[in-house]
Amino acid sequence: MQSRSIEITVGAFVLAGIAALSFLVIQVSGLSFAEARRDTYRLSAQFNTVAGLAPRAKVMVAGVTIGRVTAIHIDPISVRAVVEMAIDREVDYLTTDSIASIKTAGVLGEQYVSIAVGGSEDILKPGDQIRDTQSAMILEDLIGKFVTSFGDKE
Amino acid sequence: MLAYLQRLGRTGLDVAAGFGRAGILLAQALWGPIDWRYGPGLLLRQLHFVGVYSLIIIVVSGVLIGMVLALQGYTVLVRFGAESALGQMVSLTLLRELGPVVAALLFAGRAGSALTAEIGLMKATDQLAAMEMIGVDPLRRVARPRLWAGIISMPILAQVFNTVAILGAVGVGVSWLGVDAGSFWSNMQGSVELGEDVINGVIKAFAFGVVVTWIAVFEGFDAEPTPEGISTATTRTVVYSSLAVLAMDFLLTAIMFGVD
Repeated sequence: MQSRSIEITVGAFVLAGIAALSFLVIQVSGLSFAEARRDTYRLSAQFNTVAGLAPRAKVMVAGVTIGRVTAIHIDPISVRAVVEMAIDREVDYLTTDSIASIKTAGVLGEQYVSIAVGGSEDILKPGDQIRDTQSAMILEDLIGKFVTSFGDKE
Repeated sequence: MLAYLQRLGRTGLDVAAGFGRAGILLAQALWGPIDWRYGPGLLLRQLHFVGVYSLIIIVVSGVLIGMVLALQGYTVLVRFGAESALGQMVSLTLLRELGPVVAALLFAGRAGSALTAEIGLMKATDQLAAMEMIGVDPLRRVARPRLWAGIISMPILAQVFNTVAILGAVGVGVSWLGVDAGSFWSNMQGSVELGEDVINGVIKAFAFGVVVTWIAVFEGFDAEPTPEGISTATTRTVVYSSLAVLAMDFLLTAIMFGVD
């Protein structure tokens, strides 16, 4: 009788653990593992500066996430930053004249890569490089320009 | 001068010998042929003793910590108008750090100390020696089910802790302070990754479970068989396992979330 009640409580204990884990997986993480394992292809883009962009940052078209930044390194010849991106396989509308720019979500938000799709007929193939890019806006430089332009007026 | 040097050397040797004994104990208790004579009953009883009895303190402190996190987070975030990020802040804090660590510290205080005291008393009353006399290996009869029970219980306890803490944060943040429930959950789901955050938290809890029960069982076996020795061993269990959990947490965090 005693061992029966022990077995029941241990069973309930293990069940509570499983319930807690499934709560965390489903409700808290929203099963974002599926997103991470989605089928992707690679694109890259060269920027003059990526200031603050980090791996795992989002890649967006019209505000919708279509991929993630996988790696950032320097191209030794052009000495510009190369951003490697993993784009979802079903995205087949990025034209060769698309423009990639680094933007910031909100004033203090995280940085992401925004791609503006162009009007060309040619579609970017896996492994291609986006030619037209716009570098990150650096807040300090902007403030610097703002201050010096004030200085010029006087 | 030489006497000091000698004492230092002896301390060093003792420490090294202690680590060795602890390692041998763990290896002998966890591996080796399974003795089916004991059946699963031993493990069940230890799961009950180590896991189920720790549940109450884990649930109560989990709810309270979740509530405090929500309250503190809210007062800071609301200044920037970013109170919708409360769910994200609370869940990431809990899943990555606070859940496994606090659950492990509570576990060390609640279950680890009890394990040490129990085994120490068995040793002091010659029960362990008696087992050996009748041909029962105390490592397998006493240490193995306790170690496994701790290793199994710890991840369960940590996940229960995380869950009730997040629910406590929902209670304070959403129901009381009026953060929008939709943005609370969607912010949380947008930032929490299954592999990165949830699974890493489980791995951490698992590692802490191994360390805490290992220290507790070892200190019990290594205790001096006197009332004083048992009390020292119990204290050492709590102190060592707390320090080990915090140090390991830093290491694991550096490996899992470190800058790469």
